Amino acid sequence: MSDEEVDRQKPGPALHTPEAPRPYGVIAEFTDSERLIEAIHETRQKGYSIIEAYTPYPIEEVWEAIGHPPSKVPMLVLIGGILGCIGGYSLCVWTSAVDYPINIGGRPFHSWPAFIPVTFETTVLVAGLFAVFGMLALNGLPMPYHPVFTWPRFVQASRDRYFLMILARDPKFEVNQAYSFMSALPCTEAAILED
Amino acid sequence: MSALPERPPVIAPGHTPATVTDKISAVVLERTPRWWYLGFAVSFALLMVFTYSVTVLFVKGIGVWGINIPVAWGFDIINFVWWIGIGHAGTLISAILLLLRQQWRTSINRFAEAMTLFAVACAGMYPILHLGRPWLAYWLLPYPNTMAVWPNFRSPLIWDVFAVSTYATISALYWYVGLLPDLATLRDRARHTVSQHIYGMLAMGWRGSARHWQNYETASLLLAGLATPLVLSVHTVVSFDFAVGIVPGWHATIFPPYFVAGAIYAGFAMVMTLAIPLRIVFGLQDFITMRHLQNMAKVMLATGLIVAYGYFMEAFIAWYSGNPAEWFMITNRALGPYRWHWYALIFCNVIAPQILWIKRVRDSVPMLFVISLVVSVGMWLERFIIIVTSLHRDFLPSSWDMYEGSRWDWGTFIGTFGLFLTLFFLFIRFLPSISIFEMRTIAKPETTAAEAK
Repeated sequence: MSDEEVDRQKPGPALHTPEAPRPYGVIAEFTDSERLIEAIHETRQKGYSIIEAYTPYPIEEVWEAIGHPPSKVPMLVLIGGILGCIGGYSLCVWTSAVDYPINIGGRPFHSWPAFIPVTFETTVLVAGLFAVFGMLALNGLPMPYHPVFTWPRFVQASRDRYFLMILARDPKFEVNQAYSFMSALPCTEAAILED
Repeated sequence: MSALPERPPVIAPGHTPATVTDKISAVVLERTPRWWYLGFAVSFALLMVFTYSVTVLFVKGIGVWGINIPVAWGFDIINFVWWIGIGHAGTLISAILLLLRQQWRTSINRFAEAMTLFAVACAGMYPILHLGRPWLAYWLLPYPNTMAVWPNFRSPLIWDVFAVSTYATISALYWYVGLLPDLATLRDRARHTVSQHIYGMLAMGWRGSARHWQNYETASLLLAGLATPLVLSVHTVVSFDFAVGIVPGWHATIFPPYFVAGAIYAGFAMVMTLAIPLRIVFGLQDFITMRHLQNMAKVMLATGLIVAYGYFMEAFIAWYSGNPAEWFMITNRALGPYRWHWYALIFCNVIAPQILWIKRVRDSVPMLFVISLVVSVGMWLERFIIIVTSLHRDFLPSSWDMYEGSRWDWGTFIGTFGLFLTLFFLFIRFLPSISIFEMRTIAKPETTAAEAK
């Protein structure tokens, strides 16, 4: 067999034509949070809107500067709490007063004070489950792969470095422009990430 | 603020987010120290004592325990209440002190939460072992069954099932959520491929983006807000197991607050017992400073006084109510066959902690360690007194009896220390015992500058 034939028999992306790697975004590393916040302001003034910052610990000013909408977690927790409350109370009433009522000295079947502890616990339980799994879902976790992990410097994001990225999804994004803009910011290093 | 005497800092000076990260993650990622193997071996041996005692129990039945009629609740309930009480300090530190914005909690909350989780695991063993037929434990839960019956939702025992299982679930989730950013830190720092993969999977792809942190902070705060009434409700429900009954010495409205205070008291004693050796063997004195130990001592002193007030009110109401059964119960505690247990309880829980008023004592690590052990013993005796002295003198003198734990009772009790310590040793070896990302917020230049002012 000639080399050409071998190549043709190889399994692979035969249906696709090979593409140039698409950029995911342009990322830059900063040494402190003030520089990062200033850089966010500059980037937004420049007209970029789809940007994301990475910090080693939560900094309220950062997500305020980026202009993320308020978190949806509180609404989810409220919904969970209401579901848990109704569910727990209904469980008590249905089992004790509807499905299997036991007459004990003529006491009421719907003895609501006795149902409060269980109702309270189920309220907290379901609200808590919504808080945790809601937070994970809103953050898109679990997500084993993400383009930022390809940049070796990114491990410092969990130590003491701050990162800012302009995503390629941004309507104003053009790789070379974004890269030269980011490099001009007071960052230590900038890079183009591939998808 | 200059009028106040200077307090030790919550973190030793000179730390930055980088040094904090390196120091705490090094504890996990570096070679296992030799003392760890020794500690783990001892803990694991104790865990085997537990499995042996439980095997004997399963093979022969609960007749191997010391319980009898009238004292049908013995070590199992004493230890259940004791362990679950210990767990409460972890939630208090991680949730209530977070809501109160007490920054000093940061370095102790992680292992206090772990302590909660492991203490609840130990506590959960007892009611199930006490069932007699523990393999039918799922009967406790309301599920449609062929017997067509439901649990009694008017009974505190089913409230207990809901309270303890909710507490265990929320504590575990809260702990895991707290670990998430630190697992990502370990993923980024780990050198071996295997540990990179394990921490990577556990971190679920955490990136620390602004979006992540925003949802994360909101969820943490809400969980703290949920855990705060939860922890109070759990020990309240545990106290209902007693207070809803009509047994003298149990049927008292003071029980819920008095039990909650006792739980926090015992829990802080346990946190101190664990924190003091932990900071020495891992060299974490920079992070768990004298400020933490002093604050915990103050919480112990305050909750100890609430507990003492509870003892006093129990006695006062027994007298003031004019109820002969109640009055007999109190005099029987002080003068009856279990009086030495009672004297020891008063010494351990009321008298001994009073030396915490002295500042020199609060500054002395060995003294704090000894007092926290004394309080742990005292709180165990408290549950012994509440359960045994009320039951052993039944309403009919013909059914009076005495109670003491059999060797299998002691074996199970000592064995749960094995379970607790085994889990704790695994935790301090494989997970960061101090919250790294929260320590970064304390070590960042802005915070340290504000502290110095």
